[in-house]
Amino acid sequence: MNFTSGQFWTSPITYAVFLPLVGVLVMLLVPRAQEDLHKGLALVTSLLAVAMGVYIHTQFDYSNAKSLQGVVDTEWIEFIHSRWIVGLDGIALPMFYLTLLVVPLCIIYSWNHIPHPGNAKAFMILLLVLETGMLGSFVAQDLILFFVFFEVVLLPMYFMIGVWGGENRQYASIKFFLYTLFGSALMIISFLALYFLTKDADGNLISSFDMRLLSANGRHIAEGTQVLIFGGLFVGFGIKVPIFPFHTWLPDAHTQAPTVGSVILAAVLLKLGTYGFIRIALPILPDAARAWSPVIGLVAAIGIIYGALCCLAQTDMKRLIAFSSVAHMGYVMLGIATLTDFGINAAIFGMVAHGFITGMLFFVAGSAKERYHTLEIKRLGGLLISAPRMGWILGFTSMASLGLPGLAGFWGEFPAILSAYSPASPDRATLFFGWSQVAVFRGFMVVAAIGTVFAAGYLLWLYQRVAFGTPSEEFADDPHIHDVNGFEWAAWLPLLVGIVVLGVYPNLIFHITSPAVSQALAAFGK
Amino acid sequence: MLLAEINLENLMRWAFVVPLIMACSFLFHLLFSKKLQKRFGEKAVSAVGVFAIGVCFVLSLAIGVGWIQRVNSPPTGAAFTAAEEACKAPYGEAGAEGHGTETGGATEGHGGETKTEAPGASTEGHGGETKPEAPAAGHEGAAGIAPGESASAALLTQAEGEGHTSEAPAGGETKTEAKTEAPAAGGEGHGAEGAAAEGEGHGAEGEHHEVAPVCSSVTWFEIGGMKFEAGTVVDGLSAMMLVTVTLISLLVHIYSIEYLHGDVRFTHYYAFLSLFSASMLFYVLSSNTLQMLTGWELVGVCSFALIGHWWEEKKNTDAALKAFLTNRVGDTGLIIGVIITFFAAGAKSFNVFHINEYALSNGADKGLLFLGALCLFFGVTSKSGQFPLHTWLPDAMAGPTPVSALIHAATMVVAGVYLVARMFPTFFVGMQIGVGGNWAPVGNYVAIIGATTALIGAGLAFVQYDLKKVLAYSTVSQLGYMILGLGVGAWTGAIFHLFTHAMFKACLFLGAGSCSHAAHHTFDMREMGGLKKYMPITQKTFLACTFALSGLPLMSGFWSKDEILAGAAQGQGGKPYMVMLVIGLVVGGMTASYMTRAYRMTFLDDYRGHGHPHESPKVMTVPLMILTVLAFFATFLNIPKLLLGGETSSLAKSFGVRFEHYVQPTFIFPGEELLKPAPFNVIVAGLSMAAALGGYLIMRQYMTAGIAKGAAAKPGIARGIYSFLENKYYLDALYENVIRDGVKGPIARASYWVNMNIIDGMVNAVGVSARKVGEVTYKYVDQGGIDGLVNGTGAVSNEGGQLLRRVFATGKVQQYGAWLFGGAVVFAALIVLFVK
Repeated sequence: MNFTSGQFWTSPITYAVFLPLVGVLVMLLVPRAQEDLHKGLALVTSLLAVAMGVYIHTQFDYSNAKSLQGVVDTEWIEFIHSRWIVGLDGIALPMFYLTLLVVPLCIIYSWNHIPHPGNAKAFMILLLVLETGMLGSFVAQDLILFFVFFEVVLLPMYFMIGVWGGENRQYASIKFFLYTLFGSALMIISFLALYFLTKDADGNLISSFDMRLLSANGRHIAEGTQVLIFGGLFVGFGIKVPIFPFHTWLPDAHTQAPTVGSVILAAVLLKLGTYGFIRIALPILPDAARAWSPVIGLVAAIGIIYGALCCLAQTDMKRLIAFSSVAHMGYVMLGIATLTDFGINAAIFGMVAHGFITGMLFFVAGSAKERYHTLEIKRLGGLLISAPRMGWILGFTSMASLGLPGLAGFWGEFPAILSAYSPASPDRATLFFGWSQVAVFRGFMVVAAIGTVFAAGYLLWLYQRVAFGTPSEEFADDPHIHDVNGFEWAAWLPLLVGIVVLGVYPNLIFHITSPAVSQALAAFGK
Repeated sequence: MLLAEINLENLMRWAFVVPLIMACSFLFHLLFSKKLQKRFGEKAVSAVGVFAIGVCFVLSLAIGVGWIQRVNSPPTGAAFTAAEEACKAPYGEAGAEGHGTETGGATEGHGGETKTEAPGASTEGHGGETKPEAPAAGHEGAAGIAPGESASAALLTQAEGEGHTSEAPAGGETKTEAKTEAPAAGGEGHGAEGAAAEGEGHGAEGEHHEVAPVCSSVTWFEIGGMKFEAGTVVDGLSAMMLVTVTLISLLVHIYSIEYLHGDVRFTHYYAFLSLFSASMLFYVLSSNTLQMLTGWELVGVCSFALIGHWWEEKKNTDAALKAFLTNRVGDTGLIIGVIITFFAAGAKSFNVFHINEYALSNGADKGLLFLGALCLFFGVTSKSGQFPLHTWLPDAMAGPTPVSALIHAATMVVAGVYLVARMFPTFFVGMQIGVGGNWAPVGNYVAIIGATTALIGAGLAFVQYDLKKVLAYSTVSQLGYMILGLGVGAWTGAIFHLFTHAMFKACLFLGAGSCSHAAHHTFDMREMGGLKKYMPITQKTFLACTFALSGLPLMSGFWSKDEILAGAAQGQGGKPYMVMLVIGLVVGGMTASYMTRAYRMTFLDDYRGHGHPHESPKVMTVPLMILTVLAFFATFLNIPKLLLGGETSSLAKSFGVRFEHYVQPTFIFPGEELLKPAPFNVIVAGLSMAAALGGYLIMRQYMTAGIAKGAAAKPGIARGIYSFLENKYYLDALYENVIRDGVKGPIARASYWVNMNIIDGMVNAVGVSARKVGEVTYKYVDQGGIDGLVNGTGAVSNEGGQLLRRVFATGKVQQYGAWLFGGAVVFAALIVLFVK
């Protein structure tokens, strides 16, 4: 079995991506009333996808993580020269695994947490469709293919928020849908521009959406044009990340989404944006990336402080966690903006870590909401008395979220801050008063470091109000407030263990990403 | 097989097991303690903790003994080179030094003796240590070898391996020795260590040959083709810290059995004690700055958890948050400092020796090092309670008293001092400590902050009525003393003070806990008094340690404090730090004075509280006694040579400045020509005794006259000073009311307002106006114009419109949709216009 390349029907990637859809087909045939069967089918399907992931793990040549493996390259939509090209390298693999892990955990969690108004069948089907979309986005190596998967993700999430969401779900779901779609529109225009403008070294149009070809030849596009195309991608991916100031859809979507929706949104969906930067925008448009990097750095730095300040102003626990994502993704974007080994490795690590940690925080928030029927911070308190284990888990996850060394969050934050000390093109003048990039980025470094104080501030203050103290009278003897149950343990333990393991031995991810990142940065002539 | 491998050399290499044991203990407590407590009671829970830390203590002692042996017969030649390489382990294929035992390696047991050749090779010099010690080297065999030569020796013998092969003959000996040592050590503390030291202590006095630390490392992570290591360093400094931390921790574990008896969260308490010990041990063993950062933050978390141990009360959780957040503020400095030093030293490694070596090299960028050191020191400022970030430390007394003793007096708060000591070359060069003088230009930011802290801490200790707070401010002040010591270049003095302070301050805190245990859980000295009668053991140990803290000659505090003062008097670069000396003396007087006040209010006069105080049980008093004994015997670890008959006397050679000899690094450290050790200074010692006596007498007079009570009511300056002190220089008001509440309140709310009304408002406004445009278009263009033209198809389009309207029921769809397509059109136009 050769994993370096293969046919569509023999590739494990194909099966990993489409197995969830097969599960969906089966579930469509089962009557809606058999909820447990649906849950079981969904779980089995997602576990089969995991099995494919394990198989890929055995086949993947980690010593050669820098190159694309398991490549399938066949005809797809021939008349627009779009091909079915998929493959995995060290950058895609962590995100691929993250997705494979998160979906079954969400299904397990949903076992007895199907949100109002019920209907496990539809809910599970949406989850599985989401999985296909997410996995496809991470393996796609063709721009149109990527775009299709990217959009496939949108609809299930729209319904998930719109149907199973909170009180203000209509507004939130449409805002989410259209805002992202707006970004997609700009993105597809940029994709088309790449298709029509990219020439090879001899000056011939390559007329292809193949990312590999584009990465090799994108640099031949004139810098001014690159900057413009990058602008489209910046907005398109930036909305998804989301970066300041395109973030306002996020708190609404998160707050209104059902728990599992929030988890997937935080754990995987946001990463599609940052992944797009690393996979598409940077390697294909290196000159533009250099030109844009101070701007990205700036919005990242603003996002870090701004997100934190907004967190401090929140009265709702879930909304607070949502805003914390803005701050955390700021670190990821800062790492990306530096265009350095350290920065981008930190960004990928940060993406995975944020997936684990913030996903976990949303799980806890969801479970708290289920017990208290409110997440208004003022009314909570004494979680450590009412549900001690849950209180501990919240404390642990908060610590991870604030970037405590030894836990996963640190490895997304610290190397990103470090990388800002010496960006890839230090002497290049920036738009900001003509200061050099190195001067500007060192400013961002200090801001990002100060951001860690804020992170500790809002998380611990939240923890103090929610977990410490004694329960308010309202909830003191509430029989609904029980400790972590079996399904919750099953869904949470892998994440909790992952946070520790990745934190103690970060090389688990770095040794996969590092060669691939170096490869991707080759475009920057380092 | 494995047992055969156990010797002191390997133990030093495997030092990571010490924190690992405590980490396992933490996990055990976390997972099983609750059940254990249910089945077998509290005793079983604490027994696990005590056992784990006890094992660690014994191992630490063994490591200490191993280090002493290593100093006595340091590795030379190939073994030195191997050790050196292992320690610097800079980057890339650092694993290359491998386990090259294949050559059998019996040769380099004598490798040391072959070193007489190639004096020319010494040009390579590691650190500043190129003094040829030819005569010493001749008689001492292994000692006194210049490092450059050892490199050449390595070439000659072509020896490889990590050097432990060279230790093989010695290894057999040490194994048995360690066995006999251990039980004695367990009972006697470092008395045993001292004995071992003396037994081996031949020759080698005064000559600062390099003794390479024992290092081992594994790959932690790799980025961009570079490998970064995690590893342990065992040298005098870390071995001393291991012993100190495990010792105090052990005693605190024991003491807590009774003190925390019946506590709601007994198991959590022991779990976090274990985690703290693990983190602290991990920290002191760290081989690189990143690892230190990790340990540094982990101890912070334990501190947070233990300060907030009784988290039902908001007061306690406020204190916990304050501690964590204040430290976090300092940590920004630490993070940036780690980054700057990393890049300064070539962006290849976080290894401390690598960075220190760079700092001492000729081409070092002094400006960058200054910046790096300054940032690192900002971290020190918060962790070690230095002005102006000391405010969290007194509040941290909200935690259980044994925790205050362990974390907030003896160990964690000295992490900052340890950082400066560990990275001393970086600070030495960056802060220009070697320049000397009272107010050297950048100079001596370290010393200035240390002196300031010492003064303000002592000042605040006067106005406290809470016994623990007196001790807390005293800790602040003493930490300032240590930093001052490092700042004036009195490295050994500062670290010796760290060591002695750990003993007597832990004892004082535990003593205060004992008093509170007796006096119905109050720490208010106004409700104590006369406890001497009821609790003689607590009183005697407290008094002895008060003497030590005040610097009375027979106790260890005197000697360590005096070394710092002597160092200040001597100064560096020929210029004494007179201002620092004066401040040091003044603080010495103040210390004696406020401790007199505290002692008197607590133990003398009549009992003012209620109930019947009683002496604490043995499990609490025995740790007090042990600590008192140690606080006394620590004296003998570093007796000035002058008192033993001068430099040349045989007594001085075998007993003088042992602490300095074994603890102060020689490997990549400023050499004697740069960093002058200060000899015992009779005048300074006399002055400091006089200051202490003066402080005592003034306070005695003051209290006897009963002015103390009236101070607050006094008009004029006295009252002003009093209220200034009572309000802690208004720093808390600044931090909490202005900065914290400002950020939390108006600033955060303003940001959120901007978010909702401006940024999101813009999004919504765009949506609304787009919908307006859509409506207008629909009404006038579509319905009025186009629709009028295509009347025939009107019905169809109307149907379609109805359908669409039903789909997009909310109306928001239109606004977003319009916006979306408008944006896309504009962007497409841009591309078309500007792209050729």
